[in-house]
Amino acid sequence: MAATNIEVWQQGEIMEISQAANDIKKIVIRQSKPAKADPGSHIDLMVKANGEMVRRSYSVVSQSEDLRDLTLGVFLVPNSRGGSIAVHELTVGDQLDITQPLQNFPLRVGAERYVLIAGGIGVTAIMAMAVVLKRIGANYTLMYAARSSDAMAFREELKAIHGDNLQIFLDEDKNFIQIPELIASLDDNTELYICGPIRLMDAVRRAWTESDLEYTNLRYETFGASGWFNPEEFIVRIPAKNVEVLVDKQHSMLEALEAAGVDMLSDCRKGECGLCEVRVSKLVGRVDHRDVFYSERQKEESEKISCCVSRIVTSDTGLASDASGPAVVEIITT
Amino acid sequence: MVAHNLGSTTTTKITNYPLNAWYVAAWDYEVTRNPISRTIADRPLALYRTEDGKPVALADACWHRLAPLSMGKAVGKDGIQCPYHGIVFNSAGRCISMPAQETVNPSATVPSFPAVQRHRYVWVWLGDPTLADPDTIPNMFQMDHPEWTGDGRTIHADCNYQLIVDNLMDLTHEEFVHGSSIGQAELSESDFTTTHDDTSVTVTRWMKGIYPPPFWKKNLHDVFPGYEGKVDRWQIIRFEAPGTICIDVGVAKADTGAPEGDRSQGVNAFVMNTITPETAKTSHYFWSIQRNYRLDSQTITTQMREGVHGVFGEDEVMLRAQQRAIDANPDYEFYNINIDAGGMWVRRLLERQLLAEGRLGTKQEDGWTE
Repeated sequence: MAATNIEVWQQGEIMEISQAANDIKKIVIRQSKPAKADPGSHIDLMVKANGEMVRRSYSVVSQSEDLRDLTLGVFLVPNSRGGSIAVHELTVGDQLDITQPLQNFPLRVGAERYVLIAGGIGVTAIMAMAVVLKRIGANYTLMYAARSSDAMAFREELKAIHGDNLQIFLDEDKNFIQIPELIASLDDNTELYICGPIRLMDAVRRAWTESDLEYTNLRYETFGASGWFNPEEFIVRIPAKNVEVLVDKQHSMLEALEAAGVDMLSDCRKGECGLCEVRVSKLVGRVDHRDVFYSERQKEESEKISCCVSRIVTSDTGLASDASGPAVVEIITT
Repeated sequence: MVAHNLGSTTTTKITNYPLNAWYVAAWDYEVTRNPISRTIADRPLALYRTEDGKPVALADACWHRLAPLSMGKAVGKDGIQCPYHGIVFNSAGRCISMPAQETVNPSATVPSFPAVQRHRYVWVWLGDPTLADPDTIPNMFQMDHPEWTGDGRTIHADCNYQLIVDNLMDLTHEEFVHGSSIGQAELSESDFTTTHDDTSVTVTRWMKGIYPPPFWKKNLHDVFPGYEGKVDRWQIIRFEAPGTICIDVGVAKADTGAPEGDRSQGVNAFVMNTITPETAKTSHYFWSIQRNYRLDSQTITTQMREGVHGVFGEDEVMLRAQQRAIDANPDYEFYNINIDAGGMWVRRLLERQLLAEGRLGTKQEDGWTE
């Protein structure tokens, strides 16, 4: 039982759209059945992408006082699976099906110190937390990293609210979060909340795991959308079922198998629960593990894949140029 | 139901409960390293302590299949293991171990509610945790102060918590419900005053130059053996939102200055009551009677506790019967008379708090009667 995990669907109406940064739109949606969005919560919404309805999750950046309006920040994902393009094409007045806020990333109050790390669009999951910590007078630091100034959404707003509690890191300035030093400076009275691209999350997770810190004090949320490599087309075969499917860049392996009529089991669809596990019997290429279900050891072995989020790429470098065709994986399903 | 006129207050029969409040969940001794189950404000909780002795209140339902964690066992320095599939949560409600996988699902949490030990009770906060300030716990210092002693019990009352608050805010009923112990005709004959502020209501009643009822005659004899004369008796009832009522009670030899502040010729006790809604129609009623004389006598402690237990047993019967009558007569309203002033101020304060939380009358469709 998580804090709020009952899905209540409602109608959302787009009230405002503005550009929050390059490729990031700030979208205000009015709820038909207003519900409170606690820090760390997200909504799921349905949009039409490439002719089919797809479901996407977006963190709630803020909420109006009367609870009706939710603000989201939506990044136009390069090599998008289509969802973010469709959301970017919405216009004021559009109606869409949305859930009431769902909570899988709760902020716990009462810690002596907080470090919040936001990487790129991951800031959307962190912003509401920072506001609460500010309001209750907590000791907190908000570290916000992005590729460039142009790509950094909500920067002025965050500066105005958080002042010296905000630290900005820009790749273009060669200014990076010094993760080992940061982790070494923490103790068991500190909680760290992070949302960002997989490389940042993984680096923090590794440093945390190698330290003596209480591992439950590292809190993170991932929707499985971020990978080590850009998505490529690949071929998945199930020899036992005589199935061969081409997985395009817009779909997950799970979606492609389902579309081909394979009876697949899944639940979270974001790389957490492990129910969509498939076993690898043959691999030409490399697995881009995007889940948080398997351990490092298991990911290195690559005998199993969370097919809801993880993908296959042609080479270890992610460069497909020297490959003669798409990567191929043969699997055994449950 | 007639629309609320907040300027005048209501005849609400069953009151919803505020969530942004500290409620007593248990006596301190009830909460140990091994979990117990208790429902507070319709939320089942698993209550336990860490190895360091800190109280913990987790939702009593495992993240995985909702098995009650209160049936589980203590693990490590602050953990609790689900009795069904062995998932372990720490005191923050975060999973620290899952079966059959090498990692821990980052979503695996159960709600952990703020919990504080104070005044011999464990208090919990079920509302917005960012507002949970332990300094707002009602002052019940007599519960564990070196100059005071006493003991109490818990009543599981089959009625809405507001009915118990009403009961305590007007002690006129003692004459009729508790005739053999503390009741006397002078209760309904004497005048009383009612005052209030934003979070408290006080009802003061002095009965001067009366003969003490049996309970108070006995108590007075514990300090002044053989005194058979008249007394001045007082009841100063103080409510603190949402459910704590501390009643300053006592008798002193008549005309020795007790009303003016000199209680040296009398005996004083505090009846400490705190009422926690369990559901709309059941309540946990924690009480204790504390005194500031003959601190060495365990006999008096036991006698007073058992005496009040007998008295409150009479209230329990009446409150259950009242709740049943309310349920059986949904088309009848309460009517208020002058003795209800204390209870009505309480309702006014609670109503404002419920309105601020957006919870005023929100449960009508589930059976709230208004």
